Amino acid sequence: MYRSHVMICAGTGCASSGSAKVAEAFAEAIANQGLSDEVNIVKTGCFGLCALGPIVIIHPEGTFYSMVKVDDVPEIVSEHLLKGRPVTRLLYDETVKEDEIAGLHETPFYKKQMRLALRNCGRINPELIDEYIAFDGYQALGKVLTEMTPEETVQLITDSGLRGRGGAGFPTGLKWKFARGYDADQKYVICNADEGDPGAFMDRSVLEGDPHVIIEAMAIAGYATDASKGFIYVRAEYPIAIKRLNIAIEQAKAYGLLGDNIFGSDFSFDITIKLGAGAFVCGEETALMASIEGGRGEPRPRPPFPAERGLFGKPTTINNVETLANVPQIILNGADWFRSIGTEKSKGTKVFALGGKIHNTGLVEVPMGTTLREVVDEIGGGVPGGKKFKAAQTGGPSGGCIPIDLFDVKIDYESLAEAGSMMGSGGLIVMDEDNCMVDIAKFFLGFTVEESCGKCTACRIGTKRLYEVLDKITEGKGEPEDLDILDELCEYISKNSLCQLGMTAPNPVMSTLKFFREEYIAHVVDKVCPAGVCKGLLSYSIIADKCKKCGLCTKVCPADAITGVLGKEPFVINKDACIKCGACVEACKFGAIVRK
Amino acid sequence: MKSLADITAIRDKMKNLIDTRESDEDTIRIVVGMATCGIAAGARPVLSEITAEIARRELHNVIVTQTGCIGICQYEPVVEVLVPGHEKVTYVNVTTDKVGRIISEHVIGGKPVAEFTYGRVAR
Repeated sequence: MYRSHVMICAGTGCASSGSAKVAEAFAEAIANQGLSDEVNIVKTGCFGLCALGPIVIIHPEGTFYSMVKVDDVPEIVSEHLLKGRPVTRLLYDETVKEDEIAGLHETPFYKKQMRLALRNCGRINPELIDEYIAFDGYQALGKVLTEMTPEETVQLITDSGLRGRGGAGFPTGLKWKFARGYDADQKYVICNADEGDPGAFMDRSVLEGDPHVIIEAMAIAGYATDASKGFIYVRAEYPIAIKRLNIAIEQAKAYGLLGDNIFGSDFSFDITIKLGAGAFVCGEETALMASIEGGRGEPRPRPPFPAERGLFGKPTTINNVETLANVPQIILNGADWFRSIGTEKSKGTKVFALGGKIHNTGLVEVPMGTTLREVVDEIGGGVPGGKKFKAAQTGGPSGGCIPIDLFDVKIDYESLAEAGSMMGSGGLIVMDEDNCMVDIAKFFLGFTVEESCGKCTACRIGTKRLYEVLDKITEGKGEPEDLDILDELCEYISKNSLCQLGMTAPNPVMSTLKFFREEYIAHVVDKVCPAGVCKGLLSYSIIADKCKKCGLCTKVCPADAITGVLGKEPFVINKDACIKCGACVEACKFGAIVRK
Repeated sequence: MKSLADITAIRDKMKNLIDTRESDEDTIRIVVGMATCGIAAGARPVLSEITAEIARRELHNVIVTQTGCIGICQYEPVVEVLVPGHEKVTYVNVTTDKVGRIISEHVIGGKPVAEFTYGRVAR
C-alpha cells in the first residue's frame, strides 16, 4: 500500500512546461529518502489549471503545488512527504488561507466546476487500466452487455438528453437510434477526435487523461447500434493522446474488453486508430469518413446521413470525444441523474478551454446554464492587468463574439445561438480593451481561408474575398461601402456552402459587425483603430513639452525616422518614414511619445 | 476472457487507491508526528509499520499522514488516530510493536488502546 500518491500532470500543457523532468526528480528524491515503497508517483492527465503548470497534487492531503521546478522537488519530498510539512511557498495561492490550507474544491477555480467528462483527468494514471477500473471503469460496458438490450441502451441515452458536444448539439440517442434502424452486414462507430478550433484542447485532454472512457463508450455505442468495428480519428499532432490510446487499446484487448465475445456475450468489438493530418475540414463527418477511407478530406452532401450510408457505404455512428466521455456515467447513474444537471434543453456539463486575456488559462467544466460571467470572472479569475473585458469568442472560427452586454448569457446550445454565437466544441477566447474586433474577425477568416477544402466556390473564393476586405479595413484603406460588401458576402457564403465549415465561416465577421459595428465604422470613416492594434491606422508622435531631448528614441528607431538636436530641440517623428513598430514608445522613459 | 465479476474484483482490490486519493468525512486518519523530534525517537519505522499493517489487513477508508511537532517531544513517537465522530486519540512512545494493537483494537475494533495513550502514559 502506498500511503501517499504524488499526482504529476503529464498532459500536453504541463509536459511543455517540463513535468517529465519534475517526475524524474520526484522518483530520485523519493528513492533517496527511502520512501519508494510508501509513496506512489502517478503521471496523470490534465488538472485544468494549465497556466500554473507543472502541477503536482499530493494525496491524501490533496495539497496543490503549482509551477513546480526540478530544484523544488527535494524540498517537497523531505519536508512534505517525509515530515508532513507542506512547502507553503509553492502552494497554489488560492489554497493558502491564514492558518490552514484550503481544499482544492473550495478555490474559485474549482468551486463552480463539475467534472463529468473530465472526471478521471488528474485522478488516475491513464496508462494503467486497473486505475480506470478502480473508479468504476468498464462497469457500464459490463452492465449493458449483461443486463440491457441494445434497444434499452439507446433508450437510456435518449432519455438522458445527451447532445453532441462537437458543437451542433444533435441528440446522441437519436443518432444511435437511426444507425440501429438500418440493417447491414457491417456497421461502424467513429470517435471524432479531430479537434481543430484554434485554442481548443478539451478532447485532447480527455484522450490524454482518460483514454479508456472512450474505448468503453465506443464499445457501448457499438453494442447499441450493432456495430462491431470502431475507428478513432485523431490528429497526428496529438502524440501523447495517440500513445495513451494505443496503450489503452492493448490493455483492453489483454483483458478481453475489446475483441470477441466481450464479457461472455455475443458482442464483439474492435477499435483502430486512424491518424488525421490536421485538416480542419476533416472534423466534418463526411470529410472525416472520406479521409478514413483513404480519399481526399472533402465533405459530400447529406443526406444520406452517416447513419444510413457512412464509412465504406455502411451505417455509421459518429460521436465526438466529449460526448462519448459522458456515456458510461449515464449508463451507471441513470438518465434521471444526467437530466438533473443543466438546463431544460441542454443537459449535463460542457468543457471549455479558456484562453486569451484571462487569468486562469486552462480547462474548465461547468454545468450547462452557468453564465458566461461566472466562467470568465469567477472561474477564470477575470481579465489580468486591470484591463476591461470586451468580448468572449466561443465556437472558434465557426462561432461568434459575445459582447459584455450579454455577459450574463447562460451557457447552453440555444442561449449561445440566440446571442449570435454557438456552443462550438468548447474553445473560449477572452478579449479585452486592447483587442481590435476587426482584427479578431480577420484572424479567424485567415484560418478558414487556409482550411477551406476548396470544393465549394462560395467558401473557397468567398472567404478569400471576405478576408481581403477585412485586410483592407485594418490597413486603413476601407470605405463605408465595404461594410455593405461584408454583410452581403457573409450571407452569400453561409447560404451557398455545402458543409458547416463554409456555412459558419462568416460567423466571426457577422457577430462582430452586429455587436461592434462602431469599431468597423471607426476604421472606415474616422480612420482610427480604437484598440490601437491595426498598424495601418496608427500614428506616433512626440509631445514637445514632455520631450527631454535625450535622443534615446532615435537610437532604437530602426527606420531612422526620428530627428532632433540632442539637448536643444525636441525630437520629431517623420510620419512617412515611421514603420510603426512602437520601439520608441517603449524606449522613452518620460512618456513623451504617444500612439493614436 | 474476463467476466464482469473479474472486473469488479480488480476494482475492489484497488479500493485503497481511491481511499488515498479521495478521502472524505468518513475516512479514518492516522497521523504520525514526523518532526525532527519524532524522527529522532523512531517515528520513521513506526510510519512504515502502520502503512504495512494497513496493507496486510487490506483496510479501506484509512489514510496515513504526517504532521510536525505538537510540543510533547519527550513522548515521541506520537501517533494520533482520528475516527470521524469521535474524539481524537493520541498515542505516545509508539514503537513498531505497538502498531498491531492500535490498528486491530482501535482502527478496526473501534476501542482505543488506553494503556498507550498520552493520558495514561504521561500520568
